Amino acid sequence: MAKTIREINERIRTGTAVILTAEEIIGMVKEKGVAETARNVDVVTTGTFGPMCSSGAFLNFGHSTPGIRMNKVWLNDVPAYAGIAAVDAYLGATEMSETLGMQYGGAHVIEELVAGKDVELRAESYGTDCYPRRKIRTTINRNNINQAYMFNPRNAYQNYSAATNSTEKIMYTYMGTLLPKFGNVTYSTSGELSPLLNDPEYRTVGIGTRIFLGGTQGFVAWEGTQHDPGQVRLENGTPAAQAGTLAVIGDLKKMDSRYIRAAVYEKYGVSLFVGIGIPIPLLDEDMVRRTAVTNRDIMTQVVDKSGRENLNLRVTYEQLHSGSIEINGKKVSTAPLSSLKMAREIAANLKGWMEKGEFLLTEPVAPLPMHTTRLNRLEIRGDFHEDR
Amino acid sequence: MKTVKLSIIYPVNKITAPIVSTLIKKYNLEINILHADISLTKVGTLVADITGAESDIAAALQYIGDAGVEYRIFTSKLIWDEKRCVHCGACTAVCPSDALTMSHEDWSLQFNREKCVVCGLCTKACPLSVMSLA
Repeated sequence: MAKTIREINERIRTGTAVILTAEEIIGMVKEKGVAETARNVDVVTTGTFGPMCSSGAFLNFGHSTPGIRMNKVWLNDVPAYAGIAAVDAYLGATEMSETLGMQYGGAHVIEELVAGKDVELRAESYGTDCYPRRKIRTTINRNNINQAYMFNPRNAYQNYSAATNSTEKIMYTYMGTLLPKFGNVTYSTSGELSPLLNDPEYRTVGIGTRIFLGGTQGFVAWEGTQHDPGQVRLENGTPAAQAGTLAVIGDLKKMDSRYIRAAVYEKYGVSLFVGIGIPIPLLDEDMVRRTAVTNRDIMTQVVDKSGRENLNLRVTYEQLHSGSIEINGKKVSTAPLSSLKMAREIAANLKGWMEKGEFLLTEPVAPLPMHTTRLNRLEIRGDFHEDR
Repeated sequence: MKTVKLSIIYPVNKITAPIVSTLIKKYNLEINILHADISLTKVGTLVADITGAESDIAAALQYIGDAGVEYRIFTSKLIWDEKRCVHCGACTAVCPSDALTMSHEDWSLQFNREKCVVCGLCTKACPLSVMSLA
């Protein structure tokens, strides 16, 4: 018996919808079976809270008198991209401070804006007839600027390779500190709770899908950059390594700094922890089966981040969660980089919003691409000249 | 009675020195080994809490030095700003003594101060800078 999103929304409005998290559904299906769960449960909520570098925010500062066509912008000494209209800028999460280096970056400015703090704005211009001002220095916060919306080109990676290091030297990477000679393995996915692992072939999540983003309601805006649906998949449809991604959008002014946190990876750089939760409507038995996926059914590959060894090793999230896996016959400790504790909190919050009727499901405006062509590589097509 | 946290560094040619048993037998100390990495072919390290009378500890440290073995007393300790922690687990990737582990129940970070060897690796591995030495 299939359900429609409209029917589920009606139940959410009247407070009669049954909503479980992606962890809770597992036990329910085990106990009651797929058919009965499909009849009784309406929505499964997912969550993830991990470092997502491809994040940032569009800001409109408002016009000064006289006006300025900002062509260089700094926020707390972190450069923002100003190659758009006069007082618009895009602040990337990984951009570093010109004074503090990688200890402070765009992600920190974003966290401070979300927290309601004042941020110093500096801008320069060449001056135009209509915008004569050439310099400005002031403070802004989320209440005194016009728009501040997060637009993250790539978030919520559907699965991600686990990382290790075969060399004799410690490696400082975006996957954390990797100890020499396979000293550890790090991984960064919330596994069975992860949004796109619960809708592996994008049946319900699409462009326009309303989501939990940073503590408020946001939307899926587009496929994310590096969206790679053609990744090798297991029989249950989940990809065996990184595959789909989402571009997401949401009002930074309404976000909660509990779910937007700046991060610094030693000798690598700045990133941003973003909290995302996506509701998966249980339209039919197929969606119940998809959301009942467990850590035992989801696999990822283990990659030597030095690029030296092809380990050709695939492990389940159950193995990664156990605390150790085996590499070349050696027991190696595993450590997560994305917070499962926070991911659970997000899935629970999203469930709570729907139980209170505050969050309604959306029909996707258009589906996410499900093509089979793989990602392009960047070929070197010329020499790099320092003087050019 | 007093407890000090000690790191003992054995040069390769001193690996066979019976330091620990001497500390126990001769100096009447209670030794709680927190971390040990000792093998015949490399510099060994041993981290331990040593408890005993102040005079015995002083005499024992003198003995270790005289035996040609290096030691360091930990004067700092690890501070975990739990309120700001997001429990991601990045620190557990580098902790050499299992002082930092993830609870497999609620996936919160667990800190066992007794096991901490105050190496400081977590202070750098933590992406939110919630770990510091003081």
